[in-house]
Amino acid sequence: MSAPQWNNKVVKWVDDRLPVISMLHHSAYEYPTPKNLSYMWNFGSLAGFVLVTMILTGIFLVMNYTPHTDMAFESVERIMRDVNHGWLIRYIHMNGASMFFICVFIHIFRGLYYGSYKAPREVLWWIGILILLAMMATAFMGYVLPWGQMSFWGATVITNLFSAFPIIGDPLVTWLWGGFSVDNPTLNRFFSLHYLMPFVILGLVVLHVWALHSVRSNNPTGVEIKTPQDSIPFHPYYTIKDLFGLGVFLIFFCAFVFFAPDYLGHPDNYIPANPLVTPPHIVPEWYFLPFYAILRSIDFTILGIPAKLLGVLAMFASIVILFVIPWLDTSKVRSSKFRPVYKWFFWLFVIDTFILGYCGAKAPDDYFMGIPGLKVIVMGQLSTLYYFAHFLVVMPLVGKLERTKPLPASISESVLKEGANA
Amino acid sequence: MSQTVHSSGDHQPDENRRDFLTLATTAVGVVGTGVALWPFVDSMNPSKDVLALASVEVNLANIPVGQAVKVMWRGKPVFIRHRTEREINEANEVALNELVDPQADDARVEKKEWLIVVGVCTHLGCIPMGTATGEARGDYDGWYCPCHGSHYDTSGRIRRGPAPKNLEVPTYTFLTDTTVRIG
Amino acid sequence: MRKFALTAIAAAFAVTAFTGNAAKAAGDAPVPPSQDWSWKGLFGTYDRAQLQRGFQVYKNVCAGCHSLRFIAFRNLEGIGFNEDQIKAIAAEYDIEDGPNDDGDMFTRPGKPSDYFPSPFPNEKAAAASNGGAIPPDLSLMTKARVAGPDYVFALLTGYEEEAPEGFDLSDGKSYNHYFPGHQISMAPPLYDEAVEYTDGTPATLEQHARDVVAFLNWTAQPELEARKELGLKVILFLIVLTAMLYAVKRKIWRDIEH
Repeated sequence: MSAPQWNNKVVKWVDDRLPVISMLHHSAYEYPTPKNLSYMWNFGSLAGFVLVTMILTGIFLVMNYTPHTDMAFESVERIMRDVNHGWLIRYIHMNGASMFFICVFIHIFRGLYYGSYKAPREVLWWIGILILLAMMATAFMGYVLPWGQMSFWGATVITNLFSAFPIIGDPLVTWLWGGFSVDNPTLNRFFSLHYLMPFVILGLVVLHVWALHSVRSNNPTGVEIKTPQDSIPFHPYYTIKDLFGLGVFLIFFCAFVFFAPDYLGHPDNYIPANPLVTPPHIVPEWYFLPFYAILRSIDFTILGIPAKLLGVLAMFASIVILFVIPWLDTSKVRSSKFRPVYKWFFWLFVIDTFILGYCGAKAPDDYFMGIPGLKVIVMGQLSTLYYFAHFLVVMPLVGKLERTKPLPASISESVLKEGANA
Repeated sequence: MSQTVHSSGDHQPDENRRDFLTLATTAVGVVGTGVALWPFVDSMNPSKDVLALASVEVNLANIPVGQAVKVMWRGKPVFIRHRTEREINEANEVALNELVDPQADDARVEKKEWLIVVGVCTHLGCIPMGTATGEARGDYDGWYCPCHGSHYDTSGRIRRGPAPKNLEVPTYTFLTDTTVRIG
Repeated sequence: MRKFALTAIAAAFAVTAFTGNAAKAAGDAPVPPSQDWSWKGLFGTYDRAQLQRGFQVYKNVCAGCHSLRFIAFRNLEGIGFNEDQIKAIAAEYDIEDGPNDDGDMFTRPGKPSDYFPSPFPNEKAAAASNGGAIPPDLSLMTKARVAGPDYVFALLTGYEEEAPEGFDLSDGKSYNHYFPGHQISMAPPLYDEAVEYTDGTPATLEQHARDVVAFLNWTAQPELEARKELGLKVILFLIVLTAMLYAVKRKIWRDIEH
């Protein structure tokens, strides 16, 4: 890859002094990309698109939002009713949060299936987990801003998690609140951080893409690019494929924004926050449900550690464990396509997270899918057990014991073979 | 790094079709993106609740001859002056060609005795003095802007100083003899 | 590969479908039956005549206890009143304003830019007049309950004169089939002929309930019609654009084995 020669004098003048145009050219134009990427590889760029959409809509919402407990709810209603196209901008932002998590969750599952976390992509994977954590913090604080019942009680419950830590717990929660309950100081600091975090995420995304471009994209075979025949330039092949994917995704996104804008939200958040009345069913937004289920499933004490602390630790561990899976996975093969045994465990894991999500939405004493005798809490405990067992037991053992299918010699060979079979 | 996609020659008609298709798609995409930005721009225009307050009604019965009041309208002061006979004459006596921004007094008032102007200096937006009794009214008995020394006459017209235009006359209607709706 | 893609897309739909429902299934009250509202569906719109009847019910019945604080008289344009009608409606209300030049608060007839006044000066007064229960604001009611319009309709029509045998009904409470816990502080608000409709529609309890729910759905979602209209245009545009992008994609990728 030699530096391209620019014909345009202005471009050349700038590029000679700051090679930003060459950099963009390398990374978004000629970046050699495996020729066999499936549509599963669209979700990274889609997530990037949603991030930009969230920042844009967020900036315009802030122009009309008032971060004060007396006026927050009213100012949001003013956006919905009086600001020109305010309802549209707010509904895009509201549903955009869900869309962001849909893209990122699929992106993560894709990485898990095709072994995209394995060497040499560990740092790339780590930055991705940091992005997920930053997104969760941002989404949580953003949900507090409309100052509805779920905002208030969600903030109360989640900040109270930190009181589980011995000794520092209570002072820590008071510090988070800036008072003795969730109140105006809490709302103000959440607003400040909610505005800051997206730019932190943006910075992490730049690092994520930088890391990606130095280790190159993984692909469905998990076999690295070996010869020029294995790859094609990013532009026009993947720019157009990403744009087509974006079109399909936007139809899905807009269906929610225009025809079911409140479907993913909770009706209680259209009731102004009331510190004296807790809604009967506090449920987090859908993207937190599996983690919420893990938190709640620990209702027992181990070695004198109280259930409350264990639950909080388990919930944090469910994400932190992702940092070490490059070493927990002992398989020499990346892609589950060539791992006949692990493949089943992967799908079991996907189903497990759905079950956790279901359990998170239900009251602990309900019956799981109405099955008599099977309490939600028990199902949540079993699913939590598998969640961790998948990483701590299945990954190391199956990697060692499994007989994998033969790998293709190269990406182009696998492509030719599939073409012949089709 | 890449492989060649088309050999030129055999694919000529297809090449044209692809070019047209790509061009058309790009055009549709660009137009769509442009239209999608409009709601954001529009959201910065005055909102419906702001527009709903865009007119005020003022009771004139309590303003004696020779005095003036300031009322708030769209976040700006409006000067309402109950002019004396002498002030009306002063406004009408001046020859139009002497004026910086020539405009007859008739064109600026609906009823001779009531002068209603937006109280924002047309130079850089300060509020001229001269409404409250006892304030300096400048060399032409109207208003005087302390920021950069613009003098306005009894019709609110600029007579001297850096301001380029006369004080703006808002749209207003007399609902009765003593009530006026501004805006 | 294609299978994987399809599964993932199906999963995305499933996640939204099932967690949405799961999160909402709640409460010990019976599920309100689904009603056939005019605004349902892709092309659903409000029925202006119904909204005006519903407004009449709100004004004559609900407004005695329930505020409507996010609605200004000027908003009534949305249910089909013209400027003069709105001025006349606004003028029927006394609005507190001030302070005047003497420093006193005073009341004056309402203007289109005023909001519907609350029937009580503050929450304490509201609670004191209603046996301790604060009548909630109705502006967002149909959005603030699960299956909002169906629920409010079921509630308004779900009163029973006598509580079932063995049910311990407190003093001053009414038995309602659809209210969580069945004991509701609001006495049955509607009855046949509660309001005489100006358009001659038969004034049954059910008609009143249906109309006022329509009105309250409008107060909660005044943007609904504009939203759906714009939505159809946007989605049609996206379908065309996506089809074109697909064609371009096919062209560009035609000679690549992948």
